[in-house]
Amino acid sequence: MKAEPETRLSMGHLRISDATATWRGLAEHIFDGRTKYLTAAACVLLCTVMLLPLLASVLASLKSTTEAAAVPPTYFPHALSLDSYRRLWNFQAGLPTYLANSAGAALLTILFCLGLTIPAGYALARFPVPGKEFFFVLLLLGLIIPYQALLTPLFFMFVQFRLHNSLVGLAIVHTAIQLPFSVYVMRNAFEAVPRELEEAAVIDGCNSWQVLVRVFLPAIVPAVITVSLFAFITSWNELLAALVIMNKDSSFTLPLILAASRQQTSIGGTDWGMLQAGITISIIPCMAFYLLLQRYYVAGLLNGAVK
Amino acid sequence: MLDEQTRSGGIMQSINGRFVGLLYLTPALAFVTAFTVYPFVQMIWMSLHSWSLITEKKYVGVGNFVKAWHDPQFWVSLGFTVKYTLLITPILMVAGFAIALLTATNMPLRQFTRGVVFAPVVIGLGASSLLWYWLFSYDFGLVNRALIDVGIMSKPVLWFGADANLSMWAVITSIVWKVLGFGTILFVAAIQAVPGEINEATMVDGASYWQRVRRITLPLTARTILLVTLVSAIGSLLAFDQFYIMTAGQPRNLTTTSVFLIYLNSFPYLKLGYGSALSLILAAVILACTILQIALTGRSHR
Repeated sequence: MKAEPETRLSMGHLRISDATATWRGLAEHIFDGRTKYLTAAACVLLCTVMLLPLLASVLASLKSTTEAAAVPPTYFPHALSLDSYRRLWNFQAGLPTYLANSAGAALLTILFCLGLTIPAGYALARFPVPGKEFFFVLLLLGLIIPYQALLTPLFFMFVQFRLHNSLVGLAIVHTAIQLPFSVYVMRNAFEAVPRELEEAAVIDGCNSWQVLVRVFLPAIVPAVITVSLFAFITSWNELLAALVIMNKDSSFTLPLILAASRQQTSIGGTDWGMLQAGITISIIPCMAFYLLLQRYYVAGLLNGAVK
Repeated sequence: MLDEQTRSGGIMQSINGRFVGLLYLTPALAFVTAFTVYPFVQMIWMSLHSWSLITEKKYVGVGNFVKAWHDPQFWVSLGFTVKYTLLITPILMVAGFAIALLTATNMPLRQFTRGVVFAPVVIGLGASSLLWYWLFSYDFGLVNRALIDVGIMSKPVLWFGADANLSMWAVITSIVWKVLGFGTILFVAAIQAVPGEINEATMVDGASYWQRVRRITLPLTARTILLVTLVSAIGSLLAFDQFYIMTAGQPRNLTTTSVFLIYLNSFPYLKLGYGSALSLILAAVILACTILQIALTGRSHR
């Protein structure tokens, strides 16, 4: 069920092609060799194309104020400067406020997702709840009704309950977005835990809560990481719901203030250097978590995106 | 036998377990009811009203839907969204699959390439859209600079704001860069799941690489291709961030996507009733796509 591309090495194609080459003749062998160089060249070209925009952005964020506004633009900064980051630091309510808002919403989203889906996954995988299949489908409802379509009534509801301009309100929408995926991952994780473990604990006299905490939680750590990682990335990057729910400068998240900074800046027109600094800063945590937790990211995608 | 053991063991399978299980399920169910089911019902109710935060709400029946039918912008937005989806989805699928074929074997350079192609998927759509908004900008963008330096153009092009088609292709370029890795990584998994013996057998039979791709890899990964196509198409039908940031719907609201139109009506204009009606229409379109997706998944699981 769960594919693990990193561990399953299907190198068969290449190894065999080396072996068969001996009886397929020299011409084929030469052709194989050339293919190898061509694929390598294609890989290098592809990497370059994919990395250039990111590199350009980081370099642009390090240009001096005047160079960042130069026409035509320079490819490489003539001198490195942190001016753009300084301007971003003091932009409107200040970068720390926006970072705190984004981090706060992301943290709340992670907590809500885990708090709701760990017990739900436990119940769906291990308890004889009547109407379980129906409840499961109900929890996956977000897959069928896109949140983009629900924002109008949610906005109205949040205005009534004073949840607009609040991180809790924003985190609620982000949790609603992530809930189907999280429930799915959690249910699968609980189902994969061997029954013998929990039986032993039950015989030892543990109640269901103790079984959850002592037996299951240690066993589902990978699922907790996957759910948290996706919740973080969704919440940190989400724009539309934040645009709808947060309409005070001081409650903006990072994507919001960056989108707003296209027009309204201290230097008149768009402050391109500051914009690139903001993009670089908003990318860093996503990249860091991706590089550290790549395995969980890929496992989550394969587990949840297509099934 | 195992069942009997658990039953005698106690809690999990007992009558008591039903209530305990339901108890564990309650928070998530309450959340979905409050923030998905209730708003959905509320939305249907709102769509039948002329409803704004400022003025008194008034029942108009299907008036909002009739209004949408006669609203040229509704059709412009729907048409543009569908056109965008129909253009970008094949590009993403073909390029994604080609890169998956290129990098499917687990050799260092190929694994690295896979990782690099996937990297933009994890960054925000907002951040990547702003990045490309800069790259494509008229005076300050590196795209114009590079195209002139290479000699393809003699003067800069105004990518955004003047020509809807040009704007769309600029957006498509940025989104292909951003989400290419999503399809690639799923295709790689599917290609790696093709049993090695099948490939070996056909290789002994003397089948060339492309014959093997056509006769074995493509048929055996068809289900994944289909599902990724649907997931990707649904994502494109819901496009908002990239157009909000890069084109702002311009020129003349020709690049205002369906979600963008809902946003404009519900929030800056506060026409919540009309926004709800548009949302409901969008939800119906997405529902049709999702049912198709679930039907295809369900069938191949059994």
